[in-house]
Amino acid sequence: MHGPDISWYIALAVILFATGSLGVLLRRSPLIILLSVEIMLNGANLALIAFARRFGHEDGQVFAVAVMAIAASEVVVGLGLIVAMSRRNLELDVDKLRTLRG
Amino acid sequence: MAANVLVWCIWVIAAFACLASAVAVVSFRNPFFSALALIGNLASLAVLYLLLGGEFVAAAQVLVYGGAVMVMFLFVIAYLGDRTEEAPWAGGPSWQAVGTVLAAGAILVEVIVAIGLTTGGELTHEHHIARSFGSPEHIGRLFLTDHLLAFEVTSIVLLVAAVGGVVLGHHARANEADARA
Repeated sequence: MHGPDISWYIALAVILFATGSLGVLLRRSPLIILLSVEIMLNGANLALIAFARRFGHEDGQVFAVAVMAIAASEVVVGLGLIVAMSRRNLELDVDKLRTLRG
Repeated sequence: MAANVLVWCIWVIAAFACLASAVAVVSFRNPFFSALALIGNLASLAVLYLLLGGEFVAAAQVLVYGGAVMVMFLFVIAYLGDRTEEAPWAGGPSWQAVGTVLAAGAILVEVIVAIGLTTGGELTHEHHIARSFGSPEHIGRLFLTDHLLAFEVTSIVLLVAAVGGVVLGHHARANEADARA
């Protein structure tokens, strides 16, 4: 194979995952948290596809397509929740939603 | 040799665009610009998938993610109006922000150590792959033979998510009507 070997792709995937988790933990807007979750899922997808290339099996790519479908469903439900929050005039801030806090 | 240099160049450009747009998503104050940066992130990832031989996944990434999912995101952000918030680092470093950065750093180190211990430096050795590796034909055949159950379960998950989206929207509208009455 030409170009960088798999470990470079894995390193990039891990850094992407950490960046996404930083966004999930640091930001308070649920919209940006959803976008950061997408970054984390994409980091995982990149790792799956890199390992699929490493082992010469396409199973990892099939799994990556399944992850994409899960990400799409997650976005549908997440955005539905955000729209429901804004219609009830709740503030879009995950720190202010504490009804379920014990 | 020339091909090698070319692939390295494409990899470096795509990886840099990928990381820069990821940092932009996390740090932009306006969700609209964050969503636009995420489209750039998805596109550069599609380039990396192509380099890894994942033709079908790259196409699905651009169509499903960059197209459908992100358009939905942008619609909702436009519906919600201007939601610019203060920058996450505004007001100096708080103990929460420091803890967050430490936690993200811990995840980074943890995953690298786990992968390093499991693979034990065997990542450089690679399988030879056929030219049709990752083509729609191969992926489709795998989906309908080896991974048929996963395929069907995925379709049920999508259906449930669609129903959930409709129910959430319906509830929100009912509550709004209650509030007005």
